[in-house]
Amino acid sequence: MNPNVGALFLESILLAGGLGILLKQVASEIFKPPYEHGLLVEQIFQIGARSFPLILITAISTGMVMTLQFGIGLEKFGGQPYVPKIVSLSILREMGPVFTSLMVAARVGAGIASEVGSMVVTQQIDAMRALGTSPIKKIVVPRVLALLITLPLLCSLANMIGITGATIIGITELKMDPEFFVLKITSTLKLKDLFTGLGKSVFFALFISTVSCYYGLNVKEGTKEVGIATTKAVVVSSTLILVGDFFLTKLFWMIERWL
Amino acid sequence: MDLIEVIDFKKSFGKKQVHRGVSFTVKKGECLGLIGGSGTGKSVLLRSLIGLEKPDSGKILFHGQEVTNRKERDLIEVRKKIAYAFQGGALFDSMTVYDNLAYPLRAHTKLSEKTIADRIHLQLSEFGLQDAEKLYPANLSGGMQKRVGLARAIILEPEVILYDEPTAGLDPYNTRKIQDMILRLKEKGTTSILVTHDMPVAFAVCDRIAMLVGGKIEAIGTIEDIEEKSNNLILKFVHGEVR
Repeated sequence: MNPNVGALFLESILLAGGLGILLKQVASEIFKPPYEHGLLVEQIFQIGARSFPLILITAISTGMVMTLQFGIGLEKFGGQPYVPKIVSLSILREMGPVFTSLMVAARVGAGIASEVGSMVVTQQIDAMRALGTSPIKKIVVPRVLALLITLPLLCSLANMIGITGATIIGITELKMDPEFFVLKITSTLKLKDLFTGLGKSVFFALFISTVSCYYGLNVKEGTKEVGIATTKAVVVSSTLILVGDFFLTKLFWMIERWL
Repeated sequence: MDLIEVIDFKKSFGKKQVHRGVSFTVKKGECLGLIGGSGTGKSVLLRSLIGLEKPDSGKILFHGQEVTNRKERDLIEVRKKIAYAFQGGALFDSMTVYDNLAYPLRAHTKLSEKTIADRIHLQLSEFGLQDAEKLYPANLSGGMQKRVGLARAIILEPEVILYDEPTAGLDPYNTRKIQDMILRLKEKGTTSILVTHDMPVAFAVCDRIAMLVGGKIEAIGTIEDIEEKSNNLILKFVHGEVR
């Protein structure tokens, strides 16, 4: 076996084990008092509010570009009337949650990994333990909870902004009737489409928060490793989002069929 | 009565065996100095006393109860009684000096914010830091960071304090201040272990000094014993004749 493949396989096994242990620790601390409301609110602000401008740009560009591409592409086949349906469904079920999560993984995941890694290097995590407190409770739980709360909210906003961008381009560039465009969107979208996207975002929030905290907490050899941990956190959480999206899509289709 | 007992402590990092069977005891109210060359594992030993590191084998007893086999959650009670003063202070850089000191009080007591504030102001004035409460660690000098770290470590009034090179890199004035603080705490009956390379401080505050060489305690004795025997290993270390 190629030694690189072997090392990658071993690292994947270690990561899976490490994430499993971290999730177990989070689960055991999350419901135990005292509840760190202050830390949670601070993280919601850091993760949610501060990510909004990035999400706004990503969502509006995605909606606009998709409408333009589908509009021009389908025009040859007389398929332009289907643009509102295709674009709105794509945004709610895929583009909204996936693109939002990828952007959050890059911005927030990197931030969490580097912040936690720096805390390890400067012995702040050890100090927390030495003072009889749990870094899982003080560091990991607020970040996991904050992402679980804010990512679905950011996805909802991204959906709205993306569809708004799509509508603007549909009307201005594709010269489609505004009333028709909006009617097509509202008649196409169902609550299940929204919940499928938001359901995925809950899993993506878990991927980003646990992976970033895991890499941050496992920094051992100084500031150089903080940079490596940050890169790994973004790469691994983005990979998990993209690969996980396939399996989650299958899962949600199965649930929809079952319901 | 022995408050802390370290029995045949062994610890390796990869292939490097740092501790090859360290054993010593610390009596209640005593200050034990732990000296030795760089890389002999003094800090690792200190960290192990509160379970920040796990030994490969051996035991650490506190009040006769084993510390080494405890889970993280069960170590909380030990850590409330044994404070650790980190070499660099290890202050939380996102918090002010005030919040750093309030951290253990908020975590482990049900004191009102008013009482917490009173305790912190008293502590800060004892450490000559009354003007620093609103500052962040990044705005403090190295000496101030160490003093804040020490103030935070002892704010829960622990039974034992572990000092990890508390005077390293400090000017004589700050060194003297830290030395006086250690002596004050010792007078109050606090047990302590002092890891240091600063021999004048060690001789000024310690009752006994133990020396780690090659992963074992090669010499241990009271200050009087060490000063009386001219061929003592500790005295040779002090004079730079061995490492």
